[in-house]
Amino acid sequence: MARAVNNKRRAVVTLIAWAVGIAIFFPILYTVLTSFKTEAEAVASPPSFLFFDWTLENYAEVQERSNYFLHFLNSVVISLGSTVLGLIIAVPAAWSMAFFPKKRTKDILMWMLSTKMLPPVGVLVPIYLLFRDASLLDTRTGLVIVLTMINLPIIVWMIFTYFKEIPGEILEAARMDGANLWDEVVYVLTPMAIPGIASTLLLNIILAWNEAFWTLNLTAAKAAPLTAFIASYSSPEGLFYAKLSAASTMAIAPILILGWFSQKQLVRGLTFGAVK
Amino acid sequence: MGIKKLFGAACSLLAFGMVSSASAETLTIATVNNGDMIRMQKLSEDFTAQNPGIDLDWVTLEENVLRQRVTTDIATKGGQYDVMTIGTYEVPIWANKGWLVELADLPSDYDVDDLLPAIRGGLSVDGKLYAAPFYGESSMVMYRKDLMEKAGLTMPEAPTWDFIAKAAKAMTDKDNEIYGICLRGKAGWGENMAFLSATANSFGARWFDMDWKAQFDTPQWKETLTFYVNLMNEAGPPGASSNGFNENLALFQTGKCGMWIDATVAASFVTNPKDSTVADQVGFALAPDNGLGKRGNWLWAWSLGIPAGTQKAEAAQKFVAWATSKSYLEMVAEKEGWANVPPGTRKSLYANPKYQAAAPFAQMTLESINAADPNNPTVDPVPYVGVQFVAIPEFQGIGTAVGQQFSAALAGTVTVDQALQSAQQLTEREMRKAGYVD
Amino acid sequence: MATAKSNVAARIMISPAVLLLLAWMLIPLSMTLYFSFLSYNLLSPGMERWIGFLNYEYFLTDPAFFSALTNTLILVLGVLIVTTIGGTLLALLLDQPIWGQGIVRILVIAPFFVMPTVSALVWKNMFMNPVNGLFAYVAKSVGLPPFDFLAQAPMLSITGMVAWQWLPFATLILLTALQSLDREQLEAAEMDGAGPFSRFFHIILPHMARAITVVILIQTIFLLSTFAAILVTTNGGPGYASTNITYLVYSQSLLQFDVGGGSAGGVVAVIIANIVAIFLMRMIGKNLEA
Repeated sequence: MARAVNNKRRAVVTLIAWAVGIAIFFPILYTVLTSFKTEAEAVASPPSFLFFDWTLENYAEVQERSNYFLHFLNSVVISLGSTVLGLIIAVPAAWSMAFFPKKRTKDILMWMLSTKMLPPVGVLVPIYLLFRDASLLDTRTGLVIVLTMINLPIIVWMIFTYFKEIPGEILEAARMDGANLWDEVVYVLTPMAIPGIASTLLLNIILAWNEAFWTLNLTAAKAAPLTAFIASYSSPEGLFYAKLSAASTMAIAPILILGWFSQKQLVRGLTFGAVK
Repeated sequence: MGIKKLFGAACSLLAFGMVSSASAETLTIATVNNGDMIRMQKLSEDFTAQNPGIDLDWVTLEENVLRQRVTTDIATKGGQYDVMTIGTYEVPIWANKGWLVELADLPSDYDVDDLLPAIRGGLSVDGKLYAAPFYGESSMVMYRKDLMEKAGLTMPEAPTWDFIAKAAKAMTDKDNEIYGICLRGKAGWGENMAFLSATANSFGARWFDMDWKAQFDTPQWKETLTFYVNLMNEAGPPGASSNGFNENLALFQTGKCGMWIDATVAASFVTNPKDSTVADQVGFALAPDNGLGKRGNWLWAWSLGIPAGTQKAEAAQKFVAWATSKSYLEMVAEKEGWANVPPGTRKSLYANPKYQAAAPFAQMTLESINAADPNNPTVDPVPYVGVQFVAIPEFQGIGTAVGQQFSAALAGTVTVDQALQSAQQLTEREMRKAGYVD
Repeated sequence: MATAKSNVAARIMISPAVLLLLAWMLIPLSMTLYFSFLSYNLLSPGMERWIGFLNYEYFLTDPAFFSALTNTLILVLGVLIVTTIGGTLLALLLDQPIWGQGIVRILVIAPFFVMPTVSALVWKNMFMNPVNGLFAYVAKSVGLPPFDFLAQAPMLSITGMVAWQWLPFATLILLTALQSLDREQLEAAEMDGAGPFSRFFHIILPHMARAITVVILIQTIFLLSTFAAILVTTNGGPGYASTNITYLVYSQSLLQFDVGGGSAGGVVAVIIANIVAIFLMRMIGKNLEA
């Protein structure tokens, strides 16, 4: 009896959850579907969902016009590079803040976060001039530097909160056993923080992949990532929904797939110290 | 398999990148994502085949983004681009600042004298050519012959605004999603303000008087804007305040507009049966007037210019000459048909019987271009050059801000009077700040 | 014994991050500050001259400034409200035993991975467009006139778009917090006769307070500089109806190429951001005390 009620309840909740999930996902689904339509079909009324003539012509057209692989490769290099560099800088800082807190530690952390609130457009011209003088315009190196600095506060904060959860006694015990600082960080601390680091890595790859202000303004052709690729489809002449959908699908698919496959790792560490 | 393939592609790409950077000169070309430019990009293999030492990198962006990118780059001497796609607004200002390379070494078969005088004049400073026109345009009326007939009207070759208003109302059938007239409403100096400034000229209005005093408080502007807002409310499509050229083109191609007053270059798109559902029903007429001696048509040419900072001026000039040459037009004609060649730049094109036969809009386009006079655009005299713009550096900012106000008036969030008042205030403010008036 | 040595080590370890961020902040910011006192139009190079506070005067008296300030607040608060409430409800829903939970979760988090530019383009063209958009089709098929979202309700539309992107983020963090809740405590409360609402407000919500704080903090950081969603959809219009501070600074410096005025706007934006930051830290910093 109780079981039956439970199952009934479960069915109702399942139905609601699926409806909500599909509603939230629908814009993405509709974009992907539209990318396989012809331009005329994409604006047809009533809109068709599955029963139309599936075509790949939009993808062919997009590929003919832009070098997708170059943009894709740039996106990979830039997001991965900036995240790894950010981690290298952030891990020691987080270690220091978590295990040797000073009176000012929290202020420093908050100050770091506040640098992220500054509107990037306010410093575009200075950065553009500096980059021009350093020959960093339209280079992957330049973008890696910018994105590292932009996401560093978030990385520091995330790693800090994971380190914070590790009891200091464990480190002390290791030190008693004669471990030096290096051993302590590499063999004791890092393995314990792996889930947190993995999650930080993933979140920052996502943030860097989707960053659209600096990546568009500091690149031209050679280092332009997928955010610049999509900018050339934003409002062309004539009917463009299908081509726009194809380009959009190509731009978001890699990160969407990465996100789905790694969602367990991503979610496990995505707490920012909110869960004790 | 998928990953392997991807990896292979990535590797070959890297290898390719290294080889090419080692052996050849690479031109970075910034251009707009308009149909004719996309076609140029596709056909550019012809250029690289003729010039084995030169590789091309393309940066294709939406118009506003492109303009912001190239202007930032040329003003700071960033040196990211070797060829820039710019318009008749930028060329005189930039050339005066010495930012553009003079096109002095065009090959002999280029035939500079074949360029349409109005267009060539707009791209020259002191008789020197600073950018080569890729396509030129004026504006004109495009209308649906079938709907006009159904409404029991005949479009004259040179209509008045009164006739346009009457026809628009008669053609509108909102239940069937037919809107009598589609006009630009999206804010931007190159969007709604291009149309509205040109229209205002025909109503006797102007941007500034001879002392650079803003003129939005004059009755002529009020008449212009009231006419526009009323017409669009009665006979325009929903959402008009966010429609620019591209949005209107899509509307017209899908058969939702009775008339559309916009760039002449659209003629080949709306008559192309591949993209347009109404291709065989389109007629053309000159931009309307109000009996004051000026028509509401503008003049614009998307052109290729070379920034003064580039190290590759010679190669860049070769490319510019290729893309704007007679033989480029012939190549497009051969591959895509005469109707699809970039219009509005060369006399020889309009004298070509094959073009006249393939492009029913040819004569109207030429007449519209010839009818526009950037040096004498308004009924009353003005201190500036430009039909649908004012060729001063501050205009982009002011034009877009005014465009925002007019777009809001169209959306109905402010009244016509409020919009004009804000426009007047902000224009006065900016002109004071820039030092034109005290 | 180790403290002196470790303290030195601790300082050394933290300094790269601090110094780099300091440089990243101070160098461009001091240039911006300097530019903000110049008459500096990008299109008239070589004509820069010192004009004192004139740029600030113009920026602060700009008719767009006040609407930009309000719009910034509306956007931040609007998205925060939608995502925290919606996120809490979604987290409660996903915490229930359901069939196919993994797949539903995948569906729900997907918007977070979408580029803001792509999201704005898709919403604007394929959904909100009053002629060809899906919403217009739905409206027409039930006999209503199509609603022109971006012209008639620009802030509401943009808020909705941005909230769609951030809802998954809030949901994920809140769900993780919810799952760490002690089940026995809930069951005990149920035994004592506490109804679902009482359980929610007395046990669940206090437990999630920290997570909600985190969501608010992080989202505020990102939302203050919302830009792509506005640039792509409305360009700040109609009028100034959807111009926020970031967009206003953008239009000053990159549409009008008035670097001086834009820099003054940038400095003002920095000050506003700092006020918000201090406010936020005060309000919720305590909650983050480890």
